[in-house]
This record gives sequence, C-alpha cells and structure tokens, in this order.
Amino acid sequence: MTGEHFMGFVGHEPKGKPGWPKTAKEWLFTIDHKVIGVWYLIGSLASFAVAGLAAMLMRIELGSVGPDITSDGNVYNLWLTMHGAVMILGFQIPALLGFVANYAVPIMIGAKDMAFPRVNALSVWLLWSGILLALANLVIPDSFNGMWTGYPPYSTSDAAGNTALYSLVVIVLGMSSVFGAVNLACTVVFMRCKGLGWFQLPMTVWCVFTANIIQLIFVPVLAASVLLLSLDKYLGFGFYNPETGGDVLLYQNLFWFYSHPAVYVILLPFCGIIFELFSVSAKNMVFSYKVAVLSVLAFIPASADVWAHHAFVAGLPDWFNMLMSFTTLLISLPFGLMMLSMVGTLYKGAIRYSGPMIWALGAWVMLIFGGLTGIPNALAAVDYGISDSYAIMSHFHYVMAVAGAMATFGGVFYWFPKLTGRICSEMLTKLSGISFFIGMNVVMAPLYIAGVEGMPRRYMDYQQFADNATIVGAQHWSTIGAFITFLSVLLMLVAWIHGMLKGEKSSQNPWGSQSLEWTSTALIAGQGNFPTPVEVAENWHPYNYIDNPKPTFEAHPWGQPDPAK
Amino acid sequence: MKIKSFSYKALGALLALPLIPTLAYAFQMEIATRNNYKGLTPQAHWEEMWTEVMWDITILGVVYFIIALFFLFRYRRTGHDQVGESPKLSAQAILGWVIIPCMLFLGDDLFLYAKGFALHKHMRQVPANAQTIKVTGSMWNWNYDYGNGVDTDNELRVPVGKPVVFRMTSDDVVHSHYLNGYHVTEDVMPGRVTWEWIMPVKVGESVITCREYCGANHSKMYGKLIVMKQADYDAWMTQALADAKAESGRQIAMVSKPRISSNTNNGGKL
Repeated sequence: MTGEHFMGFVGHEPKGKPGWPKTAKEWLFTIDHKVIGVWYLIGSLASFAVAGLAAMLMRIELGSVGPDITSDGNVYNLWLTMHGAVMILGFQIPALLGFVANYAVPIMIGAKDMAFPRVNALSVWLLWSGILLALANLVIPDSFNGMWTGYPPYSTSDAAGNTALYSLVVIVLGMSSVFGAVNLACTVVFMRCKGLGWFQLPMTVWCVFTANIIQLIFVPVLAASVLLLSLDKYLGFGFYNPETGGDVLLYQNLFWFYSHPAVYVILLPFCGIIFELFSVSAKNMVFSYKVAVLSVLAFIPASADVWAHHAFVAGLPDWFNMLMSFTTLLISLPFGLMMLSMVGTLYKGAIRYSGPMIWALGAWVMLIFGGLTGIPNALAAVDYGISDSYAIMSHFHYVMAVAGAMATFGGVFYWFPKLTGRICSEMLTKLSGISFFIGMNVVMAPLYIAGVEGMPRRYMDYQQFADNATIVGAQHWSTIGAFITFLSVLLMLVAWIHGMLKGEKSSQNPWGSQSLEWTSTALIAGQGNFPTPVEVAENWHPYNYIDNPKPTFEAHPWGQPDPAK
Repeated sequence: MKIKSFSYKALGALLALPLIPTLAYAFQMEIATRNNYKGLTPQAHWEEMWTEVMWDITILGVVYFIIALFFLFRYRRTGHDQVGESPKLSAQAILGWVIIPCMLFLGDDLFLYAKGFALHKHMRQVPANAQTIKVTGSMWNWNYDYGNGVDTDNELRVPVGKPVVFRMTSDDVVHSHYLNGYHVTEDVMPGRVTWEWIMPVKVGESVITCREYCGANHSKMYGKLIVMKQADYDAWMTQALADAKAESGRQIAMVSKPRISSNTNNGGKL
C-alpha cells in the first residue's frame, strides 16, 4: 500500500501540518470539527454580547422607580425577549453543545473528526442562520416581544409581533441542535479510539453526550409546539385557542416538556467542565467516577417527568402538582451525588489555583446557591408564593445562567492554549473571574430577597412597590452589580485579546492534564487531530495522574509518528 | 462470601433508618391537617414553611461549604510535581457513598414533601363559609365582580376575618393574579376557570399584581387589596350597590342609543 493511496486514517490532512487553516476559503468551507467549534464559539460569544447588552439596558431601566431610559413597554419587552432567547438559544446551548462538543469532545475521545463532518458544517451554519434571524428581530418593524417562552394566547395575538419569526428561529436552531446531537452521539458511540472504554471517557464527554441524548428526545416536542403557534395564528388552526376547542395549557405542557430537560442540556455540559477543571487543578481522580457518570445519566429520566413545576400556578390539577413536586425533589439525588463527586475530587488533591480554576470555582459556588434555592421552588405550595417572582428569576440565573456562563468562560480559558497556542495572563484571568463572580452576586442576591417580598418578573417598572424599601434597594444594588459585571466582561475580553496577541507561548500540556487532547496531539491540532490512530491501554484513565500508561500510536504507513507534531 | 453479603444487607437496613421518622412525621401531619388549623392562616402557615425550608437549605449549604473550604485550603498544591492522593474506593465504599447520601437526600426530600403536602392541602382547601368573588383579567385590568351587581376595577375590597375565594378567568391572554402578603399566585386564562383563596386577618392595604407576562403594560397591571372592618365594608357595599343600580338604570334608559364602551370587561362572563 503506497502512501498516496492509503485510504485509512492518516491524520493531518491534507499536508500533514498542525495548525489552523490559513485561508478564508478554508475557514468558510471547512468540515474540520475544530474550525467548526471555533465558528460555534464566535457565534455564541456574539450572542452573549447582544443579550448581555440587552440585560444592561434592562438593569439601567430598573435602577430606579419610574422610566429611566424608556417608557415604552414594547421596547423594554423586546430587550427582555432578546435577552432570554438569545442567551439560552444563541449563547449557552451553542457554547456548550457547539463549541465544547465540537472542539473538545472528538479530540478527547481520540477521534479524527466527528462522525458526519458535513452534517456538522450544516449544524453550525444553521446556527448562524438562526442567530442572524434572531438578530433581525431587533430591526424589523413588528419585532416579536412574546418572551423566549412565547406563551399563547399572547404570542398568537397581534400584540406579540412576528410569531412566524419566533417559530422559525426556534425550528432552525432546533434543527441545528438535532443534527448536532445525532452527530455527537454517533461520534461518541462509534469513533472512540482503540481501547477507550465507556468508563474511560472524560466527564465532559459524558456530560455532553447525555445532554445531546436529552436534545434528541425532547427538541422535536419544542419544534412542534412552536410550529403550532404559527399554524394557530396565521392559518387559524386553534390548537391553543379555547374558542375553537383548543387549550391554552397545552402549550405550557409541551413547551416545558422540552424546556425543563433543556436546563440539563445546559447544566450537564458545564458541570462536565467543572469536573474537568477540578480534576486537572487538583491532579486528582474524579471522586467515585462511575457513580458520577451514572448520576449524569440519571438526569435523562429525572428531567423528563418534572415539567409541571414550571406551571404549578397555571391551574393544573392539584394531584398533578403534588406528583411533580415529588419527582422534582427526586432530582436532588443525582444532583447531590454529582455535587458530592465534585467536592470529593478536591479531597486529598493537590489543588493549583490556576486562572480557569478560579472561574470553575465561581461557577461551582453559583451552582450550589442555585441548586439550594431550587428546593423551595420544588414544593408546589411554597411556589404559590414565589412563582413568577424575582426569586425564581434569581434562582435560575444562579443555577443555569451565571454558573453556566462562568464554567463556559472557564472552559474557554482552559482550552485557550489549544485554540491560540498562547496562555492568557493568569492575573487578568483571575481578576476577571473574581469580578464577574462578585458582580453577578451583587446582581442576583438582592433580587432573590426582592422576589420573596413580592416583586414579579418581567416588569419594566415597580411603581406599586415604590414605598417598599427592600425592593427599591434591591433593584438599585442589582444595577450597580450589573455595571461591575459589565466591567468584568470587558476585562475578560482584554484578557483574551491580550492572550491571543501577547500571551505567553504555551507548552504542549500547560495544565498537566491526562486527557488525550493535551497529551497525544499537537497543541494546535491539524485536520485529523492525531498523526496516526491513537490507542489507549485498558488501565488508562483521563483522571489518573499517578501511574497512567502513555497512549500509543499505530505505526504510520510511511514513517514513525511524532505525537507532538 | 456469606459475611460480605450479610454486611451489605445490614448496611442497607441501617440506611433505611432516616426514612422512619420522615414517614412518621408525614403521617402525623396528615392527621393534623384533618383537624382545623386552630387559627393558623394559610399565609402564616406558608411563612412558617418558608422559614423551615430556608433553615433546611442554609444548613445543607453551610455544611457543604465548610467541607469544601476546608478541602480547598488544606489540599493546596505545595510541590511542583505533587499529584492528588485520593484513596481508591472499594466496591463497598462506593456503594456506601451512593446509598448514605441518597438516603439523607431522600429523607430530607420526604420531610419537606410531607410538610409541603400539608401546606398545599391548607392552601387548596376552601373553607365552607368563603365568599366568592369573580375575577377577570384583561389587558391590562383586573375586574372584581362581587356577584350582586357590584364590580370594581383594580380595587378589591373584602371584609376582615372572612375567607374569600376567587374564581378567575381571562378575557384575552394569560395573566396571573398575585396577592402580596398572602403568598398566593394563580394564572388566569381564557377557556378555564382557576381559583385561589385567602384569609384576610388584618385591616389594611396590600398590592395585587399580574405575574404572567401579558404585553406592553404588564408592569402597569396592578391594583390593591383593601381589607376593611365588617361595618366599613357593609357601608361601602350598600353605597356601591346603590351606585350600581343607578348605573344600570341609566344604561336601560340609554339602551336605544348606540354606545361604545372602552371597557370590554364583563365580570359576569364566567
């Protein structure tokens, strides 16, 4: 077999050189999972910027009683809709199931690419189409302002604006997610390198895999439920219209049947990053690894039967609320085991407080606050008092939004050397992480108290609570916190740009990881990832820092492989 | 082999222990809820439960954080090539680390669930002597129909010391009727009648807001609940009845003329 006609896995195609593609054409028409991962990252960071600015505008408006920068409810509601929809669908899911899943997972499992590289390219361009369509909502005259939840009958009324755009964006992004999920699931099942068993996968891989299984099961329900909105509004079908025999609550059931599992679609991958960073920083085995893996998998059934806790006050039958209240409490079992594994990973570790670790610690603390404040919400009767208040809003920002963002950015700092070949300044990384953590706590902690006092969500003003010092004070502090967060994000941006241009040149494995993406391929891997197929021993483990056997490589058809090049 | 399997069973049996007080508590609460609440209002009951849940999660959080902070401080890396030395867990230890925490979490879950169940029962059992008020939400107005021809907008008056049940619906989109201080929220929507009840025990005013997003003026959809002494309430109601009669008289007189009304609310539409 001569070199030119070798049809197997030769790695580093076409020229066999590590590094990023050089030309714009190669970047645009790429089917390389790493380049696609970077496209996902750029898309999600752009979404984060847009949605974050929307949040800033809202916080400024809410800083004091009465109109501050707008008195037009439609304008404020547009910001609010954009913030929610773009943060979830444009930032978190693409950053975690796009960037992490595409960039990191295939290298972590020793694959040369995703299972279906062309489908992968399709997913990322569908994502970009979705993001651009969503941004179009800011400029079209009848922009959709029905919130990211799009509850009918409001969303099917003319007041909500362009419902078709909402349905379209959700369906386009949903297609992107489903293609990506099929692709990633196949990659993890079929493309693991020789010798890599299921219980030798990094936690990130397990978490992203599980999140994608959840996507595969539940996204179609969301797509159907929002499609029915447009059918209702434009063609008069009336699925959600009580006057034609439909039911308003049908939508809420369908929507949350997807959207509660969607919380774990975001939560699990960022927990995977926290595990990764804890283990690497403490140079320690993930505590009771198999149990951690099984508890991650347990989220698939656990997330499927709890959707009614988003609608405890929607007029569902009492027995149903009580049932779902119990199933919701049961989430504490897998969640608790996962938290136990996280703290156990630190036990007898050798913790190095690197920059990404600071971000991961922040994410972890936010996750604990968020997890604990979820317990009262699970109790239907307690929820009657705080439903749709700032307490709920604060809870999910802690558990999903801020914890997720901090872990995601921690992951970006962690994989930064693999993206650029340089390390971000440790001082800037830590400073931005700490200020982001403080900023978000100053935003969200007062709002929890305001919520318990009675402040409802999605208000542009709170005239009726003008004489409630707790609520007014909380809103005030929260706006101050928003500015701290804003500055910390700017600092993070500075850290990235500085790292990209002037950062210290990274070594092959700067964090001392045992995972394949750091040990077995070039720092900036080329197309094909590995020079020749990589192979791990039966006792190899990504979190074994003591006596891990080195991964080996198949002989190259025309020469000896050099894993570092 | 026999000893090992026996020890597993013993371990398992021991771990079921936290369930016993929880279940006992649950059944005891079940009995307690059948009696009357001895003057305990749903809102006081809610606040009691809230305080307990807050203590519960605070203790969980503090214990977890103390352990975590200790680990973070104690196991800092000192040497350059130092690696973690976490002990390798035996199969039995792994099982223990699953079952013990799970039983603790489950015990806490059941404990809270039992208390939550009792509270839920309290909040969802309308006393027989409750007065009914029909509530209609619309963009962006709350209409209260007292059932005797009197209706008010964004102003709800009730006598003190008498339970009130609200039968609620919506004219247009989903709204959510929230009474601040009473810890009750319930969505209203077209095509369904939902309900909530309160037990006002203190004379005074409190805020009513809409809690489900309903469009441009969602944040302006608020009103107030005025709890009055029975005598004041009766006086107000007499006056309101007289006004309503006069109003309907005028409407009958004007019936031949076309009349455009901006108020599309009709409290009697239930």
